[in-house]
Amino acid sequence: MKQTSFMLVADRAIRNLGLPLIGITVFLSVWQFTSGRIDTSLGKFPGPAMVWEQAGGLLQEFRDEKIREVDFHARQEKRNAKLKIQRPDTAIQMRSYSGAPTFPQQIATSLKTVFTGFTLAAVIAIPLGIVIGLSSAVYKAINPIIQLFKPVSPLAWLPLVTIVVSSVYINVIDGMPKSYVTSAFVVMLCCLWPTVINTAVGVTSVSSDWVNVSKVLRLNFFRHIRYIIFPAAVPMIFTGLRLSLSTAWMVLIAAEMLSQNPGLGKFVWDEFQNGNSNSLGRIMVAVLTIGLIGYALDRGMLFLQQHFSWDKQALLR
Amino acid sequence: MKTLLELTQVGIDFKTEKGIFSALKNVNIRIQEGEYVTLIGHSGCGKSTVLNIVAGLLQATSGGVVLDGREVNAPGPERAVVFQNHSLLPWLTAYQNVELAVREVFRGKKSAAQMKEWIEYNLQLVHMQHASNKLPHEISGGMKQRVGIARALAMQPQVLLMDEPFGALDALTRAHLQDSLMDIQNTLKNTVIMITHDVDEAVLLSDRIVMMTNGPSATIGEILNVNLPRPRARLALADDPQYNHLRHEVLRFLYEKNVKVEDIFSQAKKSTALASVQQANAIPRLPKVS
Repeated sequence: MKQTSFMLVADRAIRNLGLPLIGITVFLSVWQFTSGRIDTSLGKFPGPAMVWEQAGGLLQEFRDEKIREVDFHARQEKRNAKLKIQRPDTAIQMRSYSGAPTFPQQIATSLKTVFTGFTLAAVIAIPLGIVIGLSSAVYKAINPIIQLFKPVSPLAWLPLVTIVVSSVYINVIDGMPKSYVTSAFVVMLCCLWPTVINTAVGVTSVSSDWVNVSKVLRLNFFRHIRYIIFPAAVPMIFTGLRLSLSTAWMVLIAAEMLSQNPGLGKFVWDEFQNGNSNSLGRIMVAVLTIGLIGYALDRGMLFLQQHFSWDKQALLR
Repeated sequence: MKTLLELTQVGIDFKTEKGIFSALKNVNIRIQEGEYVTLIGHSGCGKSTVLNIVAGLLQATSGGVVLDGREVNAPGPERAVVFQNHSLLPWLTAYQNVELAVREVFRGKKSAAQMKEWIEYNLQLVHMQHASNKLPHEISGGMKQRVGIARALAMQPQVLLMDEPFGALDALTRAHLQDSLMDIQNTLKNTVIMITHDVDEAVLLSDRIVMMTNGPSATIGEILNVNLPRPRARLALADDPQYNHLRHEVLRFLYEKNVKVEDIFSQAKKSTALASVQQANAIPRLPKVS
């Protein structure tokens, strides 16, 4: 008995830890092997070791920048204190530190932008999906438009959005530069559709028994939506939101590259433009970071789904 | 006892690709207040259709339903339905499922405390107070159906409609629920229309059994009065000659007079057989008013 239970545990450990480790090791060795054989204008293609080194470098830059920022504020305070003594009637000016954004700051910008676009998309897509799901007439009217815009690449939208934003959004609010608004808007346009479609499917497939319960209780329209339709569609809404978020993250990088929003996309673009021997390694760090964050976002949505959706079976499918 | 519910010349046609399909025709029945009526018939004979017309979920093409002097056109909580597949909302607990109904029906009529008391009373009637905070997927099929019954009872309906409420349950659970239902019925004395395909269930629970002919154009074949004294005990009745006679009557209707033709080669024979059955049953026997 004891023997078998031990073997079960061992078997599970091999499956859940051992196999992924083997996969990663094989991947790293293939990467190391091939990267040494690719010569570029900026030197050899970076292997795992080089990328690791560059990651350390980026972290160091962040630390140095932090120290510089602290120094800057210290100097400013000292100067202001001196000024106060020498000329008490002059207004004292506080300047904010304006160093170049570091890698973690760029990640933060990207996350902020993607969440803005994604939230806007969700706020529009869920009600729209519910309306489409409830009425086959609305579905027939809107479906051609959805099918038309769904396959459009973010890069096609970007010039239009850029022009529109720069002519409409004139009084720029602090902390919301035009490039940020443009990127968020493009993200929104591209990640609307999975949520619209999945919400609509969720609403149309609400069990007729539940609709009959609603009819027998004579729920009015809003209570029908609130107590029957919306909760019934929640599992599908989450499926849509998950797809939308991963689309949003993919679209964002491209949008940031072209709109020069100071996030990960711009980081990759800048490294590409000012190529030096470290650039390829640094871009590779960004690629892996983008992948990891995308994975984390997806896991986060899954966690939310597990927490808020009543259909626990749906997750196993 | 007064007539509470009256179906007069009820018929319904469905539009299909092959033309108009007449599912029900000339259904006439009067149900007294406090009466327990079951509808029995082969599957596909339109018993559920009759129930859905009374519930207001389907609209009769001809004839009509009058409840307490008013015509029925739309669904409403005074005709609460217990659905075959419990149809509890899976995101709400047993308590919340009943609460949703109680809040709708008694809004402005009961205080929050009174509502709470009423929900708990109804869960207690079906012996589910212990599981009131459980979600539907955490309780068994029989328990779900109990909560479904509690939800319907909590609407305090004039007529309780039950669409094969125990059809999806195993025999033992079904017997348990039938006994519970008889207990509740002894206290509440609701007017009930129940659909079943279980002969024993029909005889055990009903005051009258309405037997339906096979479709298309299904109608009421015979009506059987069940004059067994209440309360009824399942075990004692199993050996009771009157019980067995009634059972035999229902079986004879289903398997002798209204054999369900399932095969394809006797399509012509079926239609002539049906025609003669319909002619014989053109004027349904109306029950004696007791």
